[in-house]
Amino acid sequence: MTIIENENETIDAAESVDVVASEASQLHKLPRRNAVLRMSEVRAAELVDSPLAGENDQTMLVNMGPAHPSTHGVLRLMLELDGETVRRSKHVIGYLHTGMEKTAENLTYLQGPTNVTRMDYAAPFFNELAFSLTVEKLLDVEIPERATWIRMLMSEMNRISSHLLFMATNGMDLGAVSMMIYGWREREQVLRFFEMVTGLRMNHNYIRPGGVAADLPDGWRDEVLALMDMLPPRLEEYDILMTGQPIWRDRLQGVGNFTADEAIALSATGPILRSTGVPWDLRRDMPYLAYDQVEFDVVVGTYGDCFDRYAIRLNEIRESMRIVRQIVDQMPKGDYRVQDTKVTPPPRARIDESMEALIHHFKIFTEGFKVPEGEAYVAVESPRGELGCYIVSDGSSKPYRMHFRGPSFVNLQSMSHMMADSLLADGVAIISSVDPILGEVDR
Amino acid sequence: MSDETEEVAEESSEPEAEMAYGCPVSWSLDQKVIHPAAEAWKATAAALYLDGWNMCVDITAVDYLTFASNRQLPAGIAPERYEVVANFISHERRERIRARAQVSAADPVIDSLYEVFPGVDTLEREVFDMFGITFTGHPDLSRILMPETWEGHPLRKDFATGAIPVQFKGAPPAR
Repeated sequence: MTIIENENETIDAAESVDVVASEASQLHKLPRRNAVLRMSEVRAAELVDSPLAGENDQTMLVNMGPAHPSTHGVLRLMLELDGETVRRSKHVIGYLHTGMEKTAENLTYLQGPTNVTRMDYAAPFFNELAFSLTVEKLLDVEIPERATWIRMLMSEMNRISSHLLFMATNGMDLGAVSMMIYGWREREQVLRFFEMVTGLRMNHNYIRPGGVAADLPDGWRDEVLALMDMLPPRLEEYDILMTGQPIWRDRLQGVGNFTADEAIALSATGPILRSTGVPWDLRRDMPYLAYDQVEFDVVVGTYGDCFDRYAIRLNEIRESMRIVRQIVDQMPKGDYRVQDTKVTPPPRARIDESMEALIHHFKIFTEGFKVPEGEAYVAVESPRGELGCYIVSDGSSKPYRMHFRGPSFVNLQSMSHMMADSLLADGVAIISSVDPILGEVDR
Repeated sequence: MSDETEEVAEESSEPEAEMAYGCPVSWSLDQKVIHPAAEAWKATAAALYLDGWNMCVDITAVDYLTFASNRQLPAGIAPERYEVVANFISHERRERIRARAQVSAADPVIDSLYEVFPGVDTLEREVFDMFGITFTGHPDLSRILMPETWEGHPLRKDFATGAIPVQFKGAPPAR
């Protein structure tokens, strides 16, 4: 690698800090640096109210959202339009901000998953997983094998449901309205499985520090296999309806182009990074859970356009199904959570006969368990990219600081760069292809 | 923790060296953490970039106002109230590294990494919004999650959490 060869002489030659920094800044290839509209709302309002507005204007400032149907919730965009062409843009977020990171500082580690599961509401299991893995790292507990595989099963099913939701909304944004109904229909089937296992369709609080909340119910295998049989013909229907369709391809191919250099410079992860041809998937590259024991392919694109991002997600559903089938075959027997009464509540039956169990039960639900002092960052591959959780513990039963690195939050930065100099109508396709979940963006 | 003389550690550095990129190294639960001085923040990031850490995935901060103990800092690093934490990934080596810099309460300012890693744009804005730490050299340091007119920085430990009373129609009166 040429960069590393240059490195020593660069640093030796550069006496001052700034030379090194500017050297590095030239290395990042970000050709559309001016794509971001850097303007405060106050300044924008001044411009609009200015008596000179409309005189010699070349460009126009337009707000899109936060209530626009294709902005996936409450995303707002400030667009600088030149006719119908978007020159610069800026995303304005925060409409769903509820201070979840602050809230987490006042909740015990046992209550934590209830809070974080509401961040990325289309993929709630991943939030719980990232949180639980971080807490377990701080606690240094090893969870039973079965719990690991249950977590993997639920994550992959959740990836399927999340991508099905993307199929639905992406179709709707681009005018394939029937696709919206199909996508929701299939997703609903997956959510029905979640309801069977966790009791809830969303916001499950199922994956908890120490394992999962309950064992898989009787008949889960049949339910999963029925889903696995139901989905492939439906996905083929999607192919007929969208993938091969000239209208669909014309609408997406070559729209929102993005290069690997730009994606890396902008810290993009997930399907956005992979669409540019970078084969980076945490499940394969930094395996967590038991992903090193299952076989799957990392789907990558070539052109980094909206079509690639669509196709990657469609094929990731297929890869996830492949993983799920392996999980069904290999699901180990055993316990679904650690039997460490300091971390997980004792079994219900024990409480009736053992005073000690009753005390543990009471202590865990009133005071919570204490986590040793330290800090840790653990990341998982959510359907949208790297979902990281950083927890600082001060040795008490509540996190001193909890931070979530939401993939949508970071991926949204790419949008302005994809949108620069494209048509406003393509902007909708681009927002949709980034697939932001605003609950996670704003937290 | 020298800031001017950058000594890039070789890949096969001895364990007793305890230095990397001119910064003391600590291991937090088998995760590698470097502790650059606040003045050397940007230079360290540039050195990391040139050494193949090609993506800065995360920047956040912690307010250690009410944290009792010494928080496991290596020798030579004086604890300050704020700490800016950055996470870097090397796609080539498939590794992670974390950098933690101490930022003083009296003057919460640190260099922006925007020039080295443009992807920190919104992450630094979030830290500014939530902690009031200023990143010099950031192209558009403004509030991102809170309204522009908001006063205070919510994730600081001395920012009061309060409950807003909500009145429900037809609710029985409080006893």
